[in-house]
This record gives sequence, structure tokens and C-alpha cells, in this order.
Amino acid sequence: MKTRSQTKTPAYTTTELLSVMCARAMSDGQIIFAGVGVPLLGATVAQQMHAPSLTILFEGGIIGPFIRPGRLPSSTNEMRTAEKANMLLSPTDVLSLLQRGYVDIGFIGGAQIDKFANVNSSYIGPYHAPKIRLPGTGGGNDIASLSDTIIIMPHTRQRFVEKVDFITSPGYCDGGTSRADSGLIAGGVKSVITDLCTFECNAPGNVLSVTALNPGVSRQDVLDNMGFEPEFSDDLAENAPPTEEELGILRRLDPDKIYIGK
Amino acid sequence: MLSDRTQTETRVPRYLELRDRLAQRNRGLRDKVMSLPEAMALVNDGDHVAIGGNTFSRTPFAACWELIRQKPKHLTISRSITSTEGDLFLAGGCVDKYMTSWFGQGIVWGLSRVLRHHVENNLVNYEEWSHMSLGMMYRAGAMGLPFMPTRVMMGSSIPDALQSRLETMTCPYSGDKVMLLPAINPNVALIHVQRCDRFGNAQYDGLPFMDNDLAMAADKVILTTEEIIDNDEIRSASEHTRIPFMTVDAVVEVPRGAAPHECAGHYEPFYSVMDAYAAKTRAEGIEGAAAFMEQAVYGPDDWNDFLHMMKMDTSNGGNA
Repeated sequence: MKTRSQTKTPAYTTTELLSVMCARAMSDGQIIFAGVGVPLLGATVAQQMHAPSLTILFEGGIIGPFIRPGRLPSSTNEMRTAEKANMLLSPTDVLSLLQRGYVDIGFIGGAQIDKFANVNSSYIGPYHAPKIRLPGTGGGNDIASLSDTIIIMPHTRQRFVEKVDFITSPGYCDGGTSRADSGLIAGGVKSVITDLCTFECNAPGNVLSVTALNPGVSRQDVLDNMGFEPEFSDDLAENAPPTEEELGILRRLDPDKIYIGK
Repeated sequence: MLSDRTQTETRVPRYLELRDRLAQRNRGLRDKVMSLPEAMALVNDGDHVAIGGNTFSRTPFAACWELIRQKPKHLTISRSITSTEGDLFLAGGCVDKYMTSWFGQGIVWGLSRVLRHHVENNLVNYEEWSHMSLGMMYRAGAMGLPFMPTRVMMGSSIPDALQSRLETMTCPYSGDKVMLLPAINPNVALIHVQRCDRFGNAQYDGLPFMDNDLAMAADKVILTTEEIIDNDEIRSASEHTRIPFMTVDAVVEVPRGAAPHECAGHYEPFYSVMDAYAAKTRAEGIEGAAAFMEQAVYGPDDWNDFLHMMKMDTSNGGNA
């Protein structure tokens, strides 16, 4: 069960918090590869705040769209994601831009994550006799294989597990140099953003380490919501709460609160 | 993670057989217009059918719908991302093997109850590939090559869960390890476009998806189109032609042929229809899908009857 040491009702939803943290991880001039949902909300906040020339790529084949408020897309592969885009390519070609190295950061989510930042979005239980068949990788495996990656994940004990049931999108595999040894010589997980904290993975071990806590969150809150014990950085920071300006952009973007929640 | 199943060797069509199948086709500039049932009768039991468009965008939905009504057996279906049509193929009992990167009507509708039923009860050979992998496999097929080297799917569990074994190699020029993705040359590709002529010269607007590679890779291409236009119109804007006539075997004029999915410039997704289908399967699971099949797939007289039944003949979709 999720517990938090803060007592007052937060002035923002989990999705709003994740979207703002996501926005802050983006810099002006970058080219990012995003999914719909939190990364897209974050990218749009970043475009209107500190990163006006941020370029979004979507796996549907879209280069540089600007999403229209109130018309948030529900797929990376539909025409609403193509709003005011510079170019429409095939998915094969836009994903090749990842392989060529054009993308600064790719954003992915998933159902489970483990201590080496491997992500599962395929099966709960063994794949040959699964308890739950999930939707699958989509472009997640491609992003995780080919670019620096930021993972967005709601923070629950069920999601943060010692070892994922299935590696859909590789993080650092079995840790150490095993990612590169498997053939994935570029890219890798830069950070994991949750509603409780931020993790990073650092060589040589490449295991998840908490580097910053979100406002009102304690170390114990993090530990209480994990299926394994993470490392904590020696200089643990605290993330600043979402500002009114950031929240205002999000709420104008999604006036019906379909994605940001109520 | 080790498989407790034995994987077979991966095989692709032999190049000369592939060329021979192509040589047997009538590739001349000829009229290919036919009815939807006639076109779908070109699909044989056991065929690999690749589906154009992506998720709920420019899906050849009428073609899928009519094919399912003809109750084919033992199909392999591949599509880069699968939406509503995947549920109908599975619920219709048409499929032995499904190859896709993502399966669900769309993110907002949650998990597919039909996919869960079929995979969790081992009723289908379900193969998950990455999105780019499927694109590269069609592209290799389109190029007449047996495989495409890529830098994805390594270090993951995805290859372990496939029925046949994927191979990697050390690149002789760079020393890099690369994943060798087997070419897909589907027996049939189903593609929906905004416009084409009676010969099959096709133009599409909006997101192009993998349709050009599908057409080039397939042994047989069935095009559905919002409208058939004159060849003179094609020739006056040939830079917009994406699929050459020689790859096409059937042309069917099907207005709203992607409904309830979207077709850029013509209609948005018919969200009310997709919401209702999702609600039915969420509440009733596989039984709900079966009831939908009886009512909306096997029940209607023809495609226009289905459009009318779903009230998709009088609106342009989108938000209600």
C-alpha cells in the first residue's frame, strides 16, 4: 500500500507531477522520442516553458508536432499526433532516426521495472503460461535499445520488482557491462521518474539509485513502495514541487482532465 | 530467461521461389476493380496476411471485416500495431499465428480481453516483435533480401518467446553484433487508401505507415479505396503515388472503408463505436466479443449495412 508522510492534500495529481518532472528533464534544442500520455504532456509543458525549440518524434512517423489543447491524441499513430508536424515518415524510418543516433532522449513506460532498469510491458508471469498478457513493446524496445532513455513509472510495490518477469525494453540487463555485451553498445537508462522520486543508474554496477525525492516524500515512503531495496545517493536532493505556471499549461492542454486526472 | 520450449530454425521464402511466384502474376496495366467479397476470396486458408495502416489509423477495416465473414482458417496475421481488427480476427477463429508489436484497441481502452483470453489459454501462437523490427522485416521483404541487420531486440526476452530462433552475427566490417531479422513476404497485403485508379496506382494522405513496404513485399495486394479516380488524375500528380500498380491485384471502392478507424482527410475515429465495443468486451469478456461478431460482423447484409447499423454512414466520427 502506498503511504506518504505528507499530510495536506497535494495540489496536483500524480500524472501532473510526473508530467512536470518529465518536462524538467527536457532541454531546449533537444530531439526527444515520446509516447502519448505523460511524456507528451511533459514535452508540451517544456515547449511552453524553457524549451521552445524542443522537437518531438512519435513512432507513428511524426516529426515535430505541436499538440492542440483539448485534442490530445490517444495513440502515437493517429492523425491528432501529426498536428502542425514538419514531416510524416513511416514508423520504420522514424525509428531508424533512433538507430542513426538523432534522438537525445527517448521516454518509455511499462508495467514492471527491476533494479537494473529493465522494463516489462509484455507478460505478468512466465511468457509460456502468463497470468496476464499485456499490450506489448510497441516502439518501447526500439527506444530502450537505441537511445538514452528516461522511464516514467507510477511508484508501487507491484511495479518495482527485484527481477522483471520478461525484459521487453532492456535497461542494464544483468548489470555491469551486460547491456553492451548483449550487443546494445549505445544508449541506456539515464533516469527513472516516479511520483515519489527520481532514480539514476551509474556505472559500474548500473543499479537503480535514488538521487532525488519528490516534495513531501521520505526515504521510508520509497522503501515502503518497492519490491526490492534500492541504493540511495549520498547527496540526495529534493525535487521542487510543480509550479502554478506548469500546472496551468497542463490543465489548459487537457481541459477535460482525460489524462491528467481529477 | 531460458525457454522450456524448443525453438525451431527460422526460415524465410527461398529467393527464386519468391521471384517465381511474382513471375506468375499478371503485372500488366489492367483493370483490377472488383467487389469486396470477390477480392477477399483471393485470400486462401493458411495465408500470411499483412495489414496496412497502424492502430486505428487507415486500417483496411472493411477488407478485414469481409475476410472474417468468409471464415478463413489457419491465417498468420501481421501488423505493426494491432487495434480492434485483431480482436475480430481472433474471436472469428481465423488465426493460428499473430505477429505484432502492440495489441489493444488503443491505450485509452485498456487491455484487450480477447487477446488475454487467447494468449493466456494458449489458443494462438502470439509473436511479439518490436515496432521497428516488423518495419525492417517488411522492408527486407520489399527489397528482395532475406534478412535485415538491426541493433534492436538484443538483451531482451523478446527473441526467447518466439517460436523460431533468431540469429545474431558479428558484422564483418565493424565487428558490431547485429540482430538478423527475417524478411516478411506476406502472401497477401490488405491496404486502404484515400484514392487510387482502376489499375491500382494508389495515393494516400496523412501518415504513410509501412504500406509501401507491405505492397512491395507481398505476393498479392488487395487495395480498398475511398474513391477510384481516373488514371489521368494519377498521372497529373504522380509524385503523390505511393504504391505502383504492378504490385496490386485487386481494387475495391469502399467509402468509409477504414471505419470505425480514421482515414485522414475523410473521417476521424468513430469513438462512440470503439467505446461501445470496449465496454462490451470489458463487461462480458470473450462472450461479449462473440456477441459483437454475431451482430456486427456476421449479421449485416454487406459493408454498407454494417456502416448503417453503427451509424457511421451519416457522421464523420470524432468526438460526439
